[in-house]
Amino acid sequence: MTLWYSLILVVILTLVGLFGSQVNGLQPLFGIVLPYIALVTFIIGIIMKVLKWAKSPVPFRIPTTCGQAKSLPWIKNDNLESPSNTISVIGRMILEILFFRSLFRNTRMEIKEGSKVVYASTKFLWMAGMAFHYTFLVILLRHFRFFVDPTPQFVIWIQNLDGFFQVGLPIFYLTDMVFLAAVSYLLLRRLADSKIRYISLAGDYFPLLLLLAIGTTGFLMRHFTKVDLIGVKELTVGLLSLQPVIPDGIGSLFFLHLFLVSCLLAYFPFSKLMHMAGVFLSPTRNLANNNRMKQHVNPWNYDVKLHPYEEYEDEFREVMRGAGLPLDRDPEEEKK
Amino acid sequence: MSSEKELKAENLLKIKHTPTHRDWKDPSIDFEAKRGNWCYSGVVKSLKYLDLPRPETKWAPTDEDWQLPENWQEIILDGLRQRLERFRTLRVFMDICVRCGACADKCHFFIGSGDPKNMPVLRAELLRSIYRKEYTLAGKLMGKMVGARELTLPVLKEWFYYFYQCTECRRCSVYCPYGIDTAEITMIVRELMAEVGISIDWIATPISNCFRTGNHLGIQPHGFVDSIEFAADDLKEIINMDVEVPINKKGAEILFITPSADYFGEPHYFTLLGYMMLFKEIGLDYTFSTYASEGGNFGLFHSHDMIKRLNAKTYAEAKRLGVKWILGGECGHMWRVYHQYMCTMQGEQGNLEMPKSPITGTVFENAASTKMVHIAEFTADLIKNGKIKLDPSRNDHWTPTYHDSCNPSRAMGLLDEPRYILENCCNNFAEMPENTIREHTFCCGSGAGLGTDENLEMRLRGGLPRGSAVRYVRDENNVNILLCMCAIDKATLPALCDFWAPPVQVGGVHEMVGNALIMTGEEERKTDLRGEPYAAKEESEDV
Repeated sequence: MTLWYSLILVVILTLVGLFGSQVNGLQPLFGIVLPYIALVTFIIGIIMKVLKWAKSPVPFRIPTTCGQAKSLPWIKNDNLESPSNTISVIGRMILEILFFRSLFRNTRMEIKEGSKVVYASTKFLWMAGMAFHYTFLVILLRHFRFFVDPTPQFVIWIQNLDGFFQVGLPIFYLTDMVFLAAVSYLLLRRLADSKIRYISLAGDYFPLLLLLAIGTTGFLMRHFTKVDLIGVKELTVGLLSLQPVIPDGIGSLFFLHLFLVSCLLAYFPFSKLMHMAGVFLSPTRNLANNNRMKQHVNPWNYDVKLHPYEEYEDEFREVMRGAGLPLDRDPEEEKK
Repeated sequence: MSSEKELKAENLLKIKHTPTHRDWKDPSIDFEAKRGNWCYSGVVKSLKYLDLPRPETKWAPTDEDWQLPENWQEIILDGLRQRLERFRTLRVFMDICVRCGACADKCHFFIGSGDPKNMPVLRAELLRSIYRKEYTLAGKLMGKMVGARELTLPVLKEWFYYFYQCTECRRCSVYCPYGIDTAEITMIVRELMAEVGISIDWIATPISNCFRTGNHLGIQPHGFVDSIEFAADDLKEIINMDVEVPINKKGAEILFITPSADYFGEPHYFTLLGYMMLFKEIGLDYTFSTYASEGGNFGLFHSHDMIKRLNAKTYAEAKRLGVKWILGGECGHMWRVYHQYMCTMQGEQGNLEMPKSPITGTVFENAASTKMVHIAEFTADLIKNGKIKLDPSRNDHWTPTYHDSCNPSRAMGLLDEPRYILENCCNNFAEMPENTIREHTFCCGSGAGLGTDENLEMRLRGGLPRGSAVRYVRDENNVNILLCMCAIDKATLPALCDFWAPPVQVGGVHEMVGNALIMTGEEERKTDLRGEPYAAKEESEDV
């Protein structure tokens, strides 16, 4: 069901986008107003969310240690899996954020011959995740040629590398292919694996379907239904310089693409996509395992009811005396 | 055994890891049919002693009506809001899960039961769905469609069932790309449940005992003295030496704290004998304490307040006795508390000194702030500096493997110290498969307060991955003893091994140290600490 909700929603959004791009007079709405709203929502939404997270303190240091801690000098500390200082934490976070270290550990469990539990390394999710995120990044960077005039040199390098095989005209970008393949894999995996299907919510399908729609419209624009690139650049540069214009004859597919991207941006801060920011803030990863070395402070550390030794001795004084245990206060001695 | 169902491996092994078609948002649970998979509710006496809410209310999980206070939803939702403001973990973990499913088959309870709500991601969703309903616009407007649910009585019952089916082992958090820690979520939900008077006896009673008598078992000071004296007598029979054990001794250099099971349960007891021999041999100036006669802290399985209430005794006693620093025995969750919580909860301890081994002079800089050293660190340092003599052939009748306990591995990173000790104390050591040890280690399935008999079916199910790995080394390497450094492990792994990997025994690291220890002026020992004869000397095969 959740898949259908998401699919219907993406179809509706696509139809709305198509409608908006076809109808004259709505283009300022779809080309200027909505993108602005979306971008503002995206930026403010993320900032608000991160501030909200940051407002809650980290009372206890609970890093998940995935390797040998720093202890005795002759025992080798695994400083990337159990970091003991800030530099090692940065190293661990780089591995997590840039290389999805934890996901790389993934295994697949199977029960064989009735009772043998076996684990096989499985890297598909990691590979698809890496492929998806990195191609998405490259595609985003490539889009800078629409935002900035003149096109920055690094964008040209990326483009050249990306079109290395020089297949097709205009040249097919490798990243486009990999991006669409990776997103499709992530979607199919959700449907094919009964466990993942069971846990999937509308909020899991929707972004994948939306990304597919965005990717497909982008691909179509480049290779099939050509749009007026000069017009596009005029529009985007206008948007970014806060002097928006709607040039004539850009082509409706562009407005659809832009509308879907706007939807993604506006949806982002309210969704699981916030893992992009959250991964930086996860206390099991971004803290040093130096708990016993350094004093840490819990800002809301309030007092609790205790059972002090005096009360304990008061209750057990007789049996303690009987057992020959030393007493802090002995009323019998005091009487003498 | 409370369950009438017969617990046989072939019955438990009919596991399907493909979820049913029933939507997970349906919370209903048939507690009667699920006997053997949940724990009894807290008893009046314990709850009262701890001033917990609604102590007088008698309810059982099988009851239709749990006799909750009228405003129970309000209490829980208020509590949730408060904790969202107090714990960044909770806030972030509620928002960023992408349901990638990497954690799904990492949980021992899911592996052993196939119950989809034992997938860590779904366990968290049980809370997340309520969070969505309360705190997200989409959840308020669209409800179930976006995975949001109303907090109803069936949901609370479902929480009780599944959050007491999590042993807070943190294995899932190793694999999670965002480090989402289900233990943190479980701890917070258990706290919320406790606020409306829902807790389990196997946790509430040990806490109440510990608060009153200083240990989970409720042993009073004279009982403690008896146990230790009994151990000294036993030891005399084996090593033919008098071992003096100081208790509540003011001015000792070191306060030694170990789980109460060490002096009251088997096979823990042999580890206690090991410590006592070691301390005698090196002439350590230490003391036990009756007031702080518990290393473990079941408060960890109840609430943050309770952790602090029990843990406060450690430093208070160190101060009262005037020791320089604290040495801690073999335990799992105990060390999570000492390593990750104690110093923050109790504040700086100016009266204690930087721990320094009186034997080797090594300064334990890794414990500069807490002033508390793990016995494995202490002993490894002794061995490295050649301060004790060991004859590993005295453990030749054992082919040990080592079970990393969850908390020392995933909350401390204490992995190589025990292995170093064992390498020096045993000749036949063999590791279990790599996906089941070190940070990947599997829980005994009985941690976090779930090691009770009425919960045996779920414990054995949760113990399947560990049991399977033990059976593997039993068959491949002739392993006959599973060593561990956790009191709950030592209490519950014997039943697990009997079930999944008989006849493998369970023991502690310092039991092996005791066996191998060559004591100054010793006479020839005929048996190990269990009274088992040593393996014949003449065969000196290298394994």
